[in-house]
Amino acid sequence: MSEFLASPTIQETLKILKNEFLFATWETVYVTVIATLFAILLGLPLGVLLVAGEKNSVMPIPKTVLRILNIIINLLRSVPFLILMIVVFPLTRLIVGTAVGTVASIVPLTIAAFPFVARLVESSLREVNPNVIEAAQSMGASPMQIIIKVMIPESIPSLISNFTIAITTILGYTAMSGIIGGGGLGKIAINYGYYRYKYLVMILAVILLILLVQIFQTIGTKLATRLDKRLKNR
Amino acid sequence: MIEIKHLSKSFETSDKTVHALRDINLTINDGDIYGVIGMSGACKSTLVRCINMLERPTEGQVIIDGEDMGALTDKQLRERRRNITMIFQSFNLLMQRNCLKNVCFPLELAGMKKADAEKRAMELLEIVGLPEKAKAYPAQLSGGQQQRVAIARALATDPKVLLCDEATSALDPKTTHAILSLIREIHDKLGITVIIITHQMSVVEEICNRVAILDDGQVVEEGTVDAVFSTPKSDAAKRLVSPDGLDGLPAAKPGEHRIRVVFQGSGATEKPLISALALEQGISASILYASTRSIGEKAFGTMLLGIEGDDDTRTRALAYFDKFEDISAEEVRGDE
Repeated sequence: MSEFLASPTIQETLKILKNEFLFATWETVYVTVIATLFAILLGLPLGVLLVAGEKNSVMPIPKTVLRILNIIINLLRSVPFLILMIVVFPLTRLIVGTAVGTVASIVPLTIAAFPFVARLVESSLREVNPNVIEAAQSMGASPMQIIIKVMIPESIPSLISNFTIAITTILGYTAMSGIIGGGGLGKIAINYGYYRYKYLVMILAVILLILLVQIFQTIGTKLATRLDKRLKNR
Repeated sequence: MIEIKHLSKSFETSDKTVHALRDINLTINDGDIYGVIGMSGACKSTLVRCINMLERPTEGQVIIDGEDMGALTDKQLRERRRNITMIFQSFNLLMQRNCLKNVCFPLELAGMKKADAEKRAMELLEIVGLPEKAKAYPAQLSGGQQQRVAIARALATDPKVLLCDEATSALDPKTTHAILSLIREIHDKLGITVIIITHQMSVVEEICNRVAILDDGQVVEEGTVDAVFSTPKSDAAKRLVSPDGLDGLPAAKPGEHRIRVVFQGSGATEKPLISALALEQGISASILYASTRSIGEKAFGTMLLGIEGDDDTRTRALAYFDKFEDISAEEVRGDE
């Protein structure tokens, strides 16, 4: 056993583990959370608009506008993330000042994720019982009040579940952003494992990514269940 | 006072226009408990939604206290809706808010301060008899309790009119009775006008003073509940008053006359009518169909008698019934 631990590969791996993994994990979590927040910031209003803006809904917008929004969302969602990262370089440079690095990777991540989030929000809001919306209208609620006080609060459990899906997906994307110099576990997996054939390091990085997904998913599911007041027997 | 004038509503479907409501004219006075009854598909719910403009009428007007609802701006309409609140068949409470917060909801919309709203909501929960459920969520309540919370919510903004859209249709008879008693109690205490949309005769009988019968998008009969139910004129009304119709009865035997006897008030129920008919007039009658109900405080019943004998016997029987003030009788012929 001690012989095994003394082998150069293991020694090196342990060194990398000690020196780089903690920071890399932090970077991954930080980029994922920030990008998810931005994606929700953009995706939530967009998703609301997709539902509330429909013809017979609470805040109708012109059909053409709705159609254009749908096309943009579909378009952004169909571009592979790897390509998207490169395409948005100019925008990233404009916002962050540079196109490479950990902070810079937040921009393509947000752009890739917000249309996805908008679709998730759309599906959550469609679950809201239309009769409840009608009841709010009968009490004199304005369109904005219906959105803020009825549609969103009533779909909170579903929104949380969907945001959990979003955060785990974005976590997967961050691993890819290692290619443009984004930091994190993905970078370690690519740099050591792919470029320098240190497979043990790569496997460890992947295991950590899996653990992170598990943690996010567990927290999300717990939160969604706890916040759902429709579940009687708690 | 609510005046519905020449109201029509049609829906455009892909291939045709559906006329849901046609030329409805109704006047509902302040303090009425007004029933609108009709079979499923009679577009009762569309009619009630036209009153608060949740559905815009295609033609005609809804005038509430002299104000044309259709002519209001969206903002004015939202304000008026605080005076014309509504309860629903499926209760439609906010499932993610507790009961107290549900009752607070319309007050929040109106911009009331949180503390004041909660105080008022608590008073209302006491009125509907559920103060202990303030912190419970709708999913933890029974249907009847949810409807009570919905009633409290509807009363929060001190409305003048309460619209009940099939409010008891999802409830069992006992709970229905309890909810109707509550509505009557609130009506008596607050003096609000109540409009009840239902397909249940029993609901109208129990609580309403006036009724309109809606059939195929039209008002076929309108008047006081006593008058409409004791002497239904339209086919729709007759179907509602004796829901089984007379279809289940065997065909009349040769020489049998059938007489429909309708009685109202206690005078009729206190007298042994059938035996008196046999003893005094020597006419024996068999009861083919009978039902009694009490509407408000009055007993009301209808009976179908089969009498064997000639035309003279029939005339004597009819004359006998006509002697009583609160009994009316008529011969029923053919397929009626």
